[in-house]
Amino acid sequence: MDWPILSTIILIPLLGSLTILLINSEDEIGKRNIKIVALYTCIVNFLASIFLWVNFDKLSSEFQFIERYAWLAENITYHVGIDGISLFLIILTTFLMPFCILASWTNVSNKIKDYMVAFLILESLMIGVFCALDLVVFYLFFEACLIPMFLIIGVWGGARRVYATFKFFLYTLSGSVLMLIAIIYIYIVTGTTDVTILSGYDFNYSIQNWLWLAFFISFAVKMPMFPVHTWLPDAHVEAPTAGSVILAGVLLKMGGYGILRFSIPLFPIGSFVFTDLVFVLSVIAIIYTSFIAIAQEDIKKLIAYSSVAHMGFVTMGIFTFTDQGIQGGVFQMISHGLISSALFLSVGVIYDRLHTREIAVYGGVVKKMPIYAAFFLVFTMANIGLPGTSGFVGEFLTLLGAFKVNLYVAFFATTGVILSAAYALWLYKRVIFGVITNDEVEKLLDLNLREYIILLPFVLLIILFGVYPNMVIDLTAASTTNLIDNYNYAIEQYQSHLVSVNLEIGT
Amino acid sequence: MNLLIFTPVLPEIAITIVSMFLLIIGVFKKNEKTYTTISNLAILSLLVVLFLIFSGSVPKGVSFGGSLITDSFSLYLKTLILISSIIILVVSNIYLRNINLLKFEYIILVLLSVVGMMIMVSSNDLISLYLSIELQSLPLYVLASIRNKSSKSTESGLKYFVLGALSSCILLYGLSLIYGYTGSIYYNEIAANLSEYDVGILIGVAFTLAGFAFKISAVPFHMWTPDVYEGSPTTVTAFFAVAPKIAALGLIVRILITAMPTLMEDWQSILILLSIFSMLLGAFSAIGQRNLKRLLAYSSISHMGFALMGVINGSFDGVRSLSLYMLIYLVMSLALFISIIALKTNDEHIENIEDISGLAKINPAMALIISILLFSLAGIPPLAGFFAKFYVLYAAIDAKLYYLAIFGVLSSVISAFYYLRIIKVMYFEESAISFDPISKRLKTIIYLLTAITLLFFLRPSIFINFAGTASASLFI
Repeated sequence: MDWPILSTIILIPLLGSLTILLINSEDEIGKRNIKIVALYTCIVNFLASIFLWVNFDKLSSEFQFIERYAWLAENITYHVGIDGISLFLIILTTFLMPFCILASWTNVSNKIKDYMVAFLILESLMIGVFCALDLVVFYLFFEACLIPMFLIIGVWGGARRVYATFKFFLYTLSGSVLMLIAIIYIYIVTGTTDVTILSGYDFNYSIQNWLWLAFFISFAVKMPMFPVHTWLPDAHVEAPTAGSVILAGVLLKMGGYGILRFSIPLFPIGSFVFTDLVFVLSVIAIIYTSFIAIAQEDIKKLIAYSSVAHMGFVTMGIFTFTDQGIQGGVFQMISHGLISSALFLSVGVIYDRLHTREIAVYGGVVKKMPIYAAFFLVFTMANIGLPGTSGFVGEFLTLLGAFKVNLYVAFFATTGVILSAAYALWLYKRVIFGVITNDEVEKLLDLNLREYIILLPFVLLIILFGVYPNMVIDLTAASTTNLIDNYNYAIEQYQSHLVSVNLEIGT
Repeated sequence: MNLLIFTPVLPEIAITIVSMFLLIIGVFKKNEKTYTTISNLAILSLLVVLFLIFSGSVPKGVSFGGSLITDSFSLYLKTLILISSIIILVVSNIYLRNINLLKFEYIILVLLSVVGMMIMVSSNDLISLYLSIELQSLPLYVLASIRNKSSKSTESGLKYFVLGALSSCILLYGLSLIYGYTGSIYYNEIAANLSEYDVGILIGVAFTLAGFAFKISAVPFHMWTPDVYEGSPTTVTAFFAVAPKIAALGLIVRILITAMPTLMEDWQSILILLSIFSMLLGAFSAIGQRNLKRLLAYSSISHMGFALMGVINGSFDGVRSLSLYMLIYLVMSLALFISIIALKTNDEHIENIEDISGLAKINPAMALIISILLFSLAGIPPLAGFFAKFYVLYAAIDAKLYYLAIFGVLSSVISAFYYLRIIKVMYFEESAISFDPISKRLKTIIYLLTAITLLFFLRPSIFINFAGTASASLFI
């Protein structure tokens, strides 16, 4: 493999955005051309990422498609490469992007050029996050995502967009600056920021806890975990549909990905020490935010809170350090990326017609939009975790992992499954069923071709992954096994160290 | 007498002679075109000097019996000072014509002040240090009040002068104590004679640092900054924000590292306080500002606090980070000031943040550029400002000053808030105001500086090595 395929995938959207900048956006034809260029760029990039999948060696736990160029300093290089975990997150990103462009086809008319440019740049940066094998390069991409997202929510968002976008920006920024300090510290101590070299490095045990915390705060804000999740509902509610999709589908996954890629391999002892903390926060997130979701009046806010609950399963699964738990966590990230995106796209469909997200306004939609109701039903069921959908596999595996490790955690987390059924079904009932009380609902038209094209692939994929999860799990298996082996090895070392320390004290 | 001993200071001598020559032209030939002629000649001579320095024709070494030293570090800072003053003169040409203030004295004052700054970064003893600071400041006092019909401008000039004179007194007192206790004015002899058990010398160092803090507007000696920034003509403000600060920081670095390395612990604690207070106060006070120039004044206070972090370590990494910081800061803040100068409505220059509301709709290119610059000032990657902060934080963490680094990043989060507020006004709000077209020359400068900010990450090593070689000369 000589062709720098990963850099190509990072650069294609940037090239697309440069092309768009050259198009005159004054007239209708220009606006149409902009959308077409954006769409084709995203499709080409999706095909390129499929090429990654095809050529991926699933038996190897090593990083693949590695590229490395001199950059900031001798040991801070532009180093990219992927393993099974990042592969699917990249494909998820490139898969969601064309739908984001399609979802914005008619409802964004204001500054369409800037909108598409922002989205394409964001795509480049997100892919960069999932490829980076150098801490500084990762931080660069991770933080740079804030700029386009800030503008997307702020310019094309809803009524309280300024508040929401400031909250989003400042929360995430303040979370991640401590990670920057930790990265610089690592560089000073070890002389490198290359993840492949660092993962074998033995950090001092007490320092490791601090470093772990600095990274964790940043990822917890991004995930988001309780109690730093409050930016998410605001950002989701105010963001345009495509913005919500990217936020729920990809940006939230960066937190989980960061934990898998950096926190655990670099600081196994820190991860071990703080496991209980993560469990507690995850369980609180699962139960507490599910209750909050039940009480919501706004459809998007409800889905946002349910996202927090579902990401709780991810962190819980990862920190069980069992095969099932971690694979479940990865699977749950991908499945939630699909399901929540699909839910936000569905909300976008009715929002485009009635321009409100308030649950009370709807009711009886099924009578006017039967096909839509069927689509929405599949997504709702997937959100609950009905067997046969991808949502089930993720939740089941993470819970299985949790049962092996900690019965209490597993018990409380399982109640989250029931609660998710409560809020999701009640939402479905209030929006879709019932008597039509609103004249506006009376005038609703069912899905048009564009919306049909947008929603259908999600249904197929959600069911496909639900019936045949091995598609994903086969490819992530090697990486997760490797991760767990390294972790267990480090913990053994640590425990024998503790034993020897105790012996010394004893004698 | 061997004239060759003057070649290391040839640039300063040349600019002095040119400025005197231009002064004579200005006095005897007063007509419409005089300003343009003088301005072009001044820019030309600065360019020639810049070329001489850049091509390496200026020999390194000491002159005037060790009072002035020319090494890579001073040449590097001189390059920055010259670049910023050339840009300022080009922009002033357009700006002053606009506000009807074509006074040829303006150019002479800038030139003289540049000479002062260049000597500042070269000074190697206490006398040349003090004299160069005064030579740099006096023209600046006049420049601040050059718009003598405006009460704000005269107020700012007077304020600057009175407080500047006070700080000079403090500085001079500190210097005299240092001289008294060490018996020498030369940095190397001071370093040799220093004994840290003398309380007098510590007081001397503290007073000297207080005087310096005034020059770089570090808290608690920052009071003059917002008023002076607001009152002065914008080109002068841009000049204030960049060139004198580069010179003063260069001077601080040199005296602390070559003359007082043994007192490092003592001046370190003073600098830490200055740095933390400047970062925090700059960040918090800017939040409430409505006037763009005042806001940038507080932002520059915050940035100076950040840059000081690089000095604190007293190591090569620290000085390199500071040198890099000044370079990037120069690019970002000049570009931002020039963008403010470029934007005007019906021949009125903008003043307040709300004046640019809705800019994204009317002039998307300018709105994008200003946003890039603001994100860069906030230190968001991958823009140049991030790398500036990265290296400074590196120096602070390397010195095990973790709390300082944490204060640094927290203050940059707070500053992000007010930078974002400007972006918010441009992008999220609508307005019916239209803006006058921007002159080509301003556009070129703005585009060029923004391109450096935006594309810095592609080849950061060019600038880092540039700053690195310069800083290395202090540690031989």
